[in-house]
Amino acid sequence: MAYKRQIDRLPIIPADADEFNVTCHYCIVGCGYKAYTWPMNRQGGTAPNQNKFGVDLSEQQFMETEAWYAPSMYNVVRQNGRDVHLVVKPDANCVVNSGLGSIRGARMAENRPSRVTGTQQQRLSDPLVWRNGVWQPTSWDDALDLVARVTAKVAVEGSEDDIVVSMFDHGGSAGGYENTWGTGKLYFESMKIKNCRIHNRPAYNSEVHSSRDMGVDELNYAYEDYTLTDTIFMVGANSMETQTNLYLNHMVPGLQGGAKMIVVDPRRTLTIASSEQYAGPENVLHLAIAEGTDMVLFNALLTHIVDQGWVDADFIAASTFQGGEAVAQDSAHPAGLGSLEYAMQTCRTTLEEAAEICGVSAADIQKAAEWIAQPHDDGSRRKCVTCYEKGIIWGNDNYRTIGALVNIALATGNVGRIGGGVCRLGGHQEGYFRPSEAHVGRPSEYVDQFLIRGLGGVHHIWACDHYKTTLNASEFKRVHKRRSDMVKDAIDMAAGGTREQVVDAIVSAINAGGLFVVDVDIIHSQIGQNAHVILPACEANEMNLTSMNGERRLRLSEKYMDPFGNSLPDALIAARIAQHMERVLREMGEDAYADQFQGYDWETEEDAFMDGYGAAHTAVTYEHLRAAGNNGVQEPVVGYENGQLVGTTRLYTDGVFTRHGREDGKALFCAAGWRGWQAPGKAREQAAHRFWINNVRANIFWQNQFLDQDNDFVQDRYPHPFVEMHPDDMVDLGLNPGDLLEIINDNGVTQGMAYPMPTLKRNTVAMVFGSPAGSQGNVVNPGVNELVLPDYKHCWGDIRKISDATAQTRGISFKSHEIML
Amino acid sequence: MKCNKLVDAGRRQFLRGGVMATAGAVAATVMTPEQAKAQALARVDYPANRLANIADLVVNEPMDIAYPDADSPGVLLKLGQAVEGGVGPDGDIVAFSVLCPHKGWLMSYSAEDMTLNCPGHHSRFDCEAGGQQIWGHATSNLAQFLLRVDDQGDIHAEGVDELIYGRLSNVLA
Repeated sequence: MAYKRQIDRLPIIPADADEFNVTCHYCIVGCGYKAYTWPMNRQGGTAPNQNKFGVDLSEQQFMETEAWYAPSMYNVVRQNGRDVHLVVKPDANCVVNSGLGSIRGARMAENRPSRVTGTQQQRLSDPLVWRNGVWQPTSWDDALDLVARVTAKVAVEGSEDDIVVSMFDHGGSAGGYENTWGTGKLYFESMKIKNCRIHNRPAYNSEVHSSRDMGVDELNYAYEDYTLTDTIFMVGANSMETQTNLYLNHMVPGLQGGAKMIVVDPRRTLTIASSEQYAGPENVLHLAIAEGTDMVLFNALLTHIVDQGWVDADFIAASTFQGGEAVAQDSAHPAGLGSLEYAMQTCRTTLEEAAEICGVSAADIQKAAEWIAQPHDDGSRRKCVTCYEKGIIWGNDNYRTIGALVNIALATGNVGRIGGGVCRLGGHQEGYFRPSEAHVGRPSEYVDQFLIRGLGGVHHIWACDHYKTTLNASEFKRVHKRRSDMVKDAIDMAAGGTREQVVDAIVSAINAGGLFVVDVDIIHSQIGQNAHVILPACEANEMNLTSMNGERRLRLSEKYMDPFGNSLPDALIAARIAQHMERVLREMGEDAYADQFQGYDWETEEDAFMDGYGAAHTAVTYEHLRAAGNNGVQEPVVGYENGQLVGTTRLYTDGVFTRHGREDGKALFCAAGWRGWQAPGKAREQAAHRFWINNVRANIFWQNQFLDQDNDFVQDRYPHPFVEMHPDDMVDLGLNPGDLLEIINDNGVTQGMAYPMPTLKRNTVAMVFGSPAGSQGNVVNPGVNELVLPDYKHCWGDIRKISDATAQTRGISFKSHEIML
Repeated sequence: MKCNKLVDAGRRQFLRGGVMATAGAVAATVMTPEQAKAQALARVDYPANRLANIADLVVNEPMDIAYPDADSPGVLLKLGQAVEGGVGPDGDIVAFSVLCPHKGWLMSYSAEDMTLNCPGHHSRFDCEAGGQQIWGHATSNLAQFLLRVDDQGDIHAEGVDELIYGRLSNVLA
């Protein structure tokens, strides 16, 4: 039976409630919300002068009203040590979402920790240290002393290369300019950590090296370009689910205004289904290519556009490199880069060749080329905005595939123009500001393999749960657990010893192959099971946090509540680690090294912001951002005039391309040569197993469900990770809806719940990514590209039933997700 | 068959201006609401409204209703097979709000798969699974009206299990 909150009435926001700017801390779109708080002993009334909305709430409010909020938008939280009412609702005046809320963001209030309503009691409140066979709560000083002593001893006796760091690089959530700076200063300035990785990939690298090497920053447009364009060209993305209000508030108006839509995806997504409703099926072209063949399609599109003369010759002459090869293929560049003619020597692909490899008709590829680039009847150029995401970022041959896509945008002059752009759609918001990572190198270390090989002795983890979100996860987990258990055993054996004796025991275990694990997170995560010290962090709105969205819109999301328990902003945790490192190193007589850990006397997250981002962008202060509200300012900020920050609507309007650092300002084309499956082991695995295991996202979950795993509304809908299958495949395997199944291959095993999806191709399943109840990463092989970008998307396995539907799964709906109007 | 009246109504977005059209349509099937005491109690006091008689219902043909008052449009359904929360001799009679809990658009009933569908942003709710959101943007499942059938076969609504869109109290003051 569907979960119901049984709430029949909510407290009314009084007219004088406090109001805060909130940027949704989940996806990259960064919808604007407003938070309202007021004392527990007060409430507003239905009369217009008694409530925040100034309307008569004794009457039914009509569709799209501002004067309503759902139970999920309400909670009771702690503010300055007192309980207060909280409402967090979408902001109608924010240009990003115009009052629309998503199924993720509109649960922000409900997903705050509350001792009063009992929500999110999984949140960490105090540091925990492994002692006496369990995690014991303790003080910050006690926990950080142990962290610093072990880290310092390992770094001094060995080297900083023995310190391995997994750290988020994103905005929103618990990231943002404050926290990336705090962690970045610690690991890239005070230390020079080389063996580090990012939350969602096994190395410290870009997701879009080729776009950047071609001179094109991956976030170069404005969201309004979707409304101003002739054609939306979407690749490997499903924005209706994953960038919901970008789709609804910007793409849909474009479609309703006459834009055409091309979607490249092996699967019929909800974005396709909804676009057919909004634009009419005749204006939506779905290219359901064979998995992993995107590059061939792009090369054929480019070839057809070039051969038809639909290129933007003036743009190419003025803004792109003309002299043949500019960058040769080498170990840091998986493809050569240069002029259009140079790239065409490699990219040239006929429509027929592409049709054969991609499994779609030549006529459809030609139609796509026409929609992208064929001039209008009056001879004017066609505008096309190109967007892409994990379908090719986590796909086959990342560098060349993304390069081949950016080629099309450059050849048609659709960068830096109204209605154009070629952009990553994004996952989290952005909020990266760190000292140079040049010492990490390119290609950077494959950190998961580094750990699996038994290297490294200390692992600091910041808001990453590799149990759920890495590839080759089965092996990673086995090794990580074995190595960290060695240290747990050593701590247990040293029980009753002094701090010095315990540290010595830990370091001895490390020298024997063990791993000392420090986990900084907001919850006790799955990888946190291996931790010896767990440090509680807080999230956006429990601290002030700045980030930018997918059109580079920078906002300050304001603090409206206290951090839960004794948790702290990551930036301040990093600062405290640095201060303990300095103290411990001085005790060890390492004064020169200790000096490197100075400069962390931050009282607040604002201090960290001003030490990093603010120092480099002097116009950008909390005060100015607060005044800029939920519309903020689009980066780069170029000044402060008439009391307002001045930003940049879209990049490269001057036709000068800079992301690669070339002085000539010329964009480069990518010689994207097709070579089949690029990553090792993929072709063999495809041949050996029946099912392609596509990993996908769903609108209801945020990321790896770290909060949603404790949200009854979400877990009621999907008590197990869904594995969508064609109904005929289910019959073949004797599976009924809701039955539990396991997916098996040479890499490992994972499990989920059978969910019929008639629109899927046969022998293909779509399994939700990152679930705590079944990690798809368990069955993904370790294959990466030359720059250590993982190919999560390509994984094949066999499926068998493990159980009939449970009482929980039997009760849920298994109907089609597509609208029936 | 689809409930085209609701589809058309939703497309015209007539709720922007008011729900009088719906109120007029439902007046014949709803008894005068009792005066609810929303102010003094911990929970709102729901009226018991007669919606229809079992004899009025045809399997899988939606009947427009309203509950707890004329400004809260809903649908009464006889689904043809027993569902959880269903009442009547066949355990198959259910009623739901038709205001989408995402943004309050008026939803239409799809008889093809017994779902309520929002024309605004494409959320969908399963009438056979307690109004569970099949897919969509709402942060709650669909408000279902609690029903009771008396000895005469009259169907009465007596409560609601979620907050109805557009009101901060299910029974308006």
